[in-house]
Amino acid sequence: MAELRYDDIAVGTELPPLQTEAISRLTLALYCGASGDHNPIHVDSDFARAAGMDDVFAHGMLVMATMARVVTGWVPQRAIRALNTRFVAITHVGDRITCSGSVVEKLAGRQVRLVLTAQDQSGAIKLAGEAIVELS
Amino acid sequence: MIDRRHIGHALPAFTVPVEAGRLRFFAKATGNSDAVYIDAAVARDAGHPALPVPPTFFFCLEMDQPNPAAMRDLLGIDYRRLLHGEQHFRYHAMAYAGDSLRFEPRIADIYAKKGGALEFVRRETTVTNQHGALVAELTCVTVVRHG
Repeated sequence: MAELRYDDIAVGTELPPLQTEAISRLTLALYCGASGDHNPIHVDSDFARAAGMDDVFAHGMLVMATMARVVTGWVPQRAIRALNTRFVAITHVGDRITCSGSVVEKLAGRQVRLVLTAQDQSGAIKLAGEAIVELS
Repeated sequence: MIDRRHIGHALPAFTVPVEAGRLRFFAKATGNSDAVYIDAAVARDAGHPALPVPPTFFFCLEMDQPNPAAMRDLLGIDYRRLLHGEQHFRYHAMAYAGDSLRFEPRIADIYAKKGGALEFVRRETTVTNQHGALVAELTCVTVVRHG
């Protein structure tokens, strides 16, 4: 990928967003196996209901993985200094998640701060994140 | 209420291998079609010695410890009442398939909100590679719902 230069990046620059397919039970089963997060609340609807939930729901880290892809689609991963998120709301089966990002601050050391957001098809915020990226 | 005496407690350290097949499975499960994360030859062309560990996969490797329930057991937390509140990563070096990563977790803080209806456990974990270099620092905030 073409290397981004700190001097060429302005506050307000938007990263190309990503949208997931509708999250299915298969998506959750695959992520359960691949991630090693075997918490049954994400894959076993009987367990989820016994725990007081209406149904299984997505791993927050599945959505954060998509958020991370927005950044690795913009700069090589070795440029990423930090990646943080708050899990604001539960992501449900059937949701289509859009992850977006923009440059909000230019920092010392040729670093920029990005705000990252994951929203469902209604625009409800699921994850509120940020990243620090060091450019050349 | 979670016993506050556990603040500062070091959980058992452990070492996990990074496996290429697992990284490819993770790419598939997270919809990542970027060949750098799937094809070792493409990764090498991009300057990596092997498939890179993607940014959030360190959290997954942390679950590969001998007892994934170590923190829950220590604190007496019920699985069904857990939510992931926050996750933070700080990166110091890339990690790759074939690496052997050592995780050293500790309970950094335990605190309550909403009059004790919610309790929070902040776990901080350092990750070093087989050369002793610091690779990443993870902070996981777990929320425990009471009532």
